[in-house]
Amino acid sequence: MKPIIEVAGLSKSYVISHQPKADYGSLRDDITSLLRRPFQPHITQGSNRETLWALKDVSFEVQQGGIFGVIGGNGAGKSTLLKILSRITGPTEGRAVLRGRVGSLLEVGTGFHPELTGRENIFLNGAILGMRKQEIEKRFDEIVAFSEIERFLDTPVKFYSSGMYVRLAFAVAAHLEPDVLIVDEVLSVGDARFQKKSLGKMGDAATSGATVLLVSHNMASIESLCTRAMLLERGRLVKIGETTEVIKEYLSIASTIASQNLADRTDRQGSGRLRFTGVSLRSGESGQRSDTAQCGQDLEFVASFTSTGNLKQVNPSMAVYAPSGQCLVVLDSEMAGVSLDSVPRSGHFSCRIERLPLAPGQYYLNLFCMERGEIVDWVQNAATFTVEAGDFFGTGKLPSSGHGGLLVPQAWSCNASEGDSFISNEVAPG
Amino acid sequence: MELEETIRPLKNGEKPGESKPLELVIEPRRALKTNFRELWSYRELFYFFAWRDIKVRYKQTAFGAAWAIFQPFVTMVVFTVFFNRVAGIKSGVIPYAVFSYTGLLFWNFFSNALLGCSNSMVSMQSVITKIYFPRVIAPFSATIVNVVDFGFAFLIYAGLLVYYRITPGILGVLLFLPMLFLAFIAATGLGLFFAAVNVRYRDVRFITPFLISTFLFLTPVIYPVSMVPARFRWILYLNPMTGVIQTVRNSTLGEGAIQWGMLSISVASAVCALVVGLIYFRRQERSFADYI
Repeated sequence: MKPIIEVAGLSKSYVISHQPKADYGSLRDDITSLLRRPFQPHITQGSNRETLWALKDVSFEVQQGGIFGVIGGNGAGKSTLLKILSRITGPTEGRAVLRGRVGSLLEVGTGFHPELTGRENIFLNGAILGMRKQEIEKRFDEIVAFSEIERFLDTPVKFYSSGMYVRLAFAVAAHLEPDVLIVDEVLSVGDARFQKKSLGKMGDAATSGATVLLVSHNMASIESLCTRAMLLERGRLVKIGETTEVIKEYLSIASTIASQNLADRTDRQGSGRLRFTGVSLRSGESGQRSDTAQCGQDLEFVASFTSTGNLKQVNPSMAVYAPSGQCLVVLDSEMAGVSLDSVPRSGHFSCRIERLPLAPGQYYLNLFCMERGEIVDWVQNAATFTVEAGDFFGTGKLPSSGHGGLLVPQAWSCNASEGDSFISNEVAPG
Repeated sequence: MELEETIRPLKNGEKPGESKPLELVIEPRRALKTNFRELWSYRELFYFFAWRDIKVRYKQTAFGAAWAIFQPFVTMVVFTVFFNRVAGIKSGVIPYAVFSYTGLLFWNFFSNALLGCSNSMVSMQSVITKIYFPRVIAPFSATIVNVVDFGFAFLIYAGLLVYYRITPGILGVLLFLPMLFLAFIAATGLGLFFAAVNVRYRDVRFITPFLISTFLFLTPVIYPVSMVPARFRWILYLNPMTGVIQTVRNSTLGEGAIQWGMLSISVASAVCALVVGLIYFRRQERSFADYI
């Protein structure tokens, strides 16, 4: 059987202007530039114009059924790919074939009008998503039940709470029954319980023969939902295959860490008998260096240095800071009971931790080194690194962003008070 | 980009139902091919967009659809007082109130439809960047709400005819809707062009209101065509709205005979506007999401 999505040599270029210019082109700008250079071709060439390939020569196939993940960093071309496949924008080169009815969900509640009631918006949004009026009527009760907003069905949505709004929007989208569903990041909205319900609905669709193409930054949801995935990097397809393999590749892509020229930094304190020259993260088995880590991953912080060579009682330490400036974790050799009696002229300290307990986000690393109670080097914000979502708890769940930065293994139970004949039970191992 | 439905005999060993009948091919577009079957399949969305605009039009207003009647009526009164009584513009056999209201009825439709059409892409920005639909349905559906307003304003027109005891000629009754259609073509033609330009150049936001207020005076709304020397009249008819308004006055109010030759100039220029507008819109259509 033919693959349901077939993409060959798909590319998309944008011409970007390096001129400082307003967001909207103004007619005057283009006319004046036309007058200034009347004999030069307009738009193209010119030193201040550059062609940027948002997507370059991407080819892949997706077989029918299941959820297929698309991952990649910012600017990797994920959104461009989705926009081309959902026909919002056209490709510059290449060709894509989608076999079946295509539905795309790049946002929940596209076209919702605040002045219209919930009932009216179900019809409007359904039609925008590509449902026929008849289909919407047929599934109307189901949609309303799913959204849990029965009581407010005839209230304009501008009076809805954001939670209600999202639930209604998602309810409509979840009842779209295309052969191919293209979904972007929309799972990150709504409360956790409703998210789960929506994911379940999507899973149902996938098992009943629909194909879902899912883009997400949330590695935990990609890992738990998708069997296969692909990795985009700067507009190119880097890897396609088993989800776990693709995620591993994503995390290990060695990008240059902010501290590459740490040796040149002058904003440091200390005697300078030892100087940090670089810092990197090394993850688990592969031992590859990167500036990204994943929640729950075994990780090694590595700080390289040069020294005068004759140092005694050396205590290096590192501290992890949140962007808010709060210190979250201190890794201190003295605290760990390690004191180094000699260090080489050039080498590295490494500190290994198990199951990285940081929630997804961006973090900063400070480096600090003492010798016999005297500071020899101290660099603040020596590096930044990113922690990607990972399955820390084995449940695919993580605290929603802004609700806690540290992850702690936990076990829950519920027990009766004395005298109550209640059989105690473990509720959820974590 | 096209939507193909292929019906073909089953190949050897292929089970019925195994083949997907619908195949969507996405390619860089080279030709300006219009897929009418696809447009037809989006007719419901066209209807929903129009329905939304109508529903929302007078939401949260105290007087609601009365505005559609109130506005042209007051303008007519002001015009009658100033241009007729004070400035002394004569409208021949027809009472000036009916004369100017006829012009305003169609002019308001044209100008509001043109504005709505020009802004249709920008006002649907959030939808355009998130989902596909044949873009061309939006500017057209944006004018439907103006047809509804026209309907309300028509009530006053009918009232005026009764008040002044004017019996419309049979040609007037027959030509009334075709003239509305001509105004529609002219408005959407220009509107499609401006809607596409508006995606890249928000200058349109300043151009259209300016054009509309200027063209009110280049269109015989306030004054009769007869005030213009005969040899220059054809220039006036290049503006399709001249043809529309003058034909309605001629046929309905019985002010002279219909100038068929002049009307055909207006028709030709309206059709021209629509063709140019459509072609330009279709050429730009695919990059809307990139620039909006």
